Amino acid sequence: MLTKRIIPCLDIKDGRTVKGINFENIRDAGDPIELGALYAEQGADELVFLDITATNERRKTLSELVTRIARHVNIPFTVGGGISSVEDVNVLLQSGADKISVNTSAFKDPVLVDKLAREFGSQCIVLAIDTRFEEGDWYVYLNGGRVKTPVKAFDWAKEAVDRGAGEILLTSMNNDGTKQGFALDITAQLSQHLNVPVIASGGAGNMTHFVDVFETAQADAALAASIFHYKEIEIPALKTFLYDKGVNVRF
Amino acid sequence: MKTAIIKYNAGNIRSVQFALERLGVNGTVTDNHEEIMSADKVIFPGVGEASTAMQYLKERKLDQVIAGLQQPVLGICLGMQLLCKHSEENDTECIGVFDTAVKRFQSPVENLLKIPQIGWNNITGLHSVMFEHVPENAYMYFVHSYYAALGADTVAITNYVINYSAALQKDNFYAVQFHPEKSAEAGARIIENFLNL
Repeated sequence: MLTKRIIPCLDIKDGRTVKGINFENIRDAGDPIELGALYAEQGADELVFLDITATNERRKTLSELVTRIARHVNIPFTVGGGISSVEDVNVLLQSGADKISVNTSAFKDPVLVDKLAREFGSQCIVLAIDTRFEEGDWYVYLNGGRVKTPVKAFDWAKEAVDRGAGEILLTSMNNDGTKQGFALDITAQLSQHLNVPVIASGGAGNMTHFVDVFETAQADAALAASIFHYKEIEIPALKTFLYDKGVNVRF
Repeated sequence: MKTAIIKYNAGNIRSVQFALERLGVNGTVTDNHEEIMSADKVIFPGVGEASTAMQYLKERKLDQVIAGLQQPVLGICLGMQLLCKHSEENDTECIGVFDTAVKRFQSPVENLLKIPQIGWNNITGLHSVMFEHVPENAYMYFVHSYYAALGADTVAITNYVINYSAALQKDNFYAVQFHPEKSAEAGARIIENFLNL
């Protein structure tokens, strides 16, 4: 039976992870490879690396980093952040990334999703959406949540899936950082009406929140960052908890 | 030991090379007939679309080279499907080592099925040297929209709506639908078992 996935997300700047405390079993919590390999060993099902570097050298730094990750990490990983062309994606996949995620660039040029799916296959194209609930609906935000659009998250997700996106990574800005739980309603809406996996992100604060997002909202995967980086929840304990609650997970 | 990884127009080849590297084995990515035929082990990986992949292989006569290999061969994902007889993906005649049909997952009417299947699923009914020290129900990472039906060569089963072949084996040909190169320790064990054949 296909299992629900737990996905730690690592923010990368200039080749280093931005958040995180020191872990006893690794030398350098700032090293994305060490931290990624540790999560893999603990039972993470996939990893997401989000590059927030804004310098001109970022592309070269990122592709070198992706190669180092691919050499050392034995589970699938997605790379996102500032990807805006077929060539960007080609370089990252050639470097060893399993999937890439696109966000603002795809919204501004939706044909990019068609091109990427045709060139590389839907299975490696993750569409990331940042969304905020206001005035009765969930709207798409761009540029890391700084720019509002008049488009509803569900409509954009559906269009992107029709164009070939293979997975949706949905981040609720209302929930992100609150530790009050995932946005169950919009996650459920996407998961029940789209025939691609939905990764829920934003709001994880305790283990019950993961049960809720898998059982109530029927998310296929759940992504979190700080609760893992600050060891508030450890992956083996989370998996045991989910298993005990009847959620199908991998050990 | 020489391990050849067949180079063609399909993705994910680098990941296989890195997985071998983690096991201390140097895999050569090549489409050279001599190099493939003289290797001790041959890995036929791939993520992609069946008809364009077959066309590419045929243009370079790699389909004949692969069919004639005598040493252990490991097909992975699309590589496994191309070793079958026929794929529904754009109605493609494949290499035909395994007398097995490759079909597309069908969503039951009442239930919306997510295609491709993406994620970790368990493998059961394991009976191949590939799975030595791999426990029954071990989890493997799958990404696919088409599956090989159950048949005489099935040596592992997975369920996604229906039971299908997670692995096939016939003579010197071994094949897995999942990605052992991305399936943590259990996947590495399968690659290691293959290299130890």
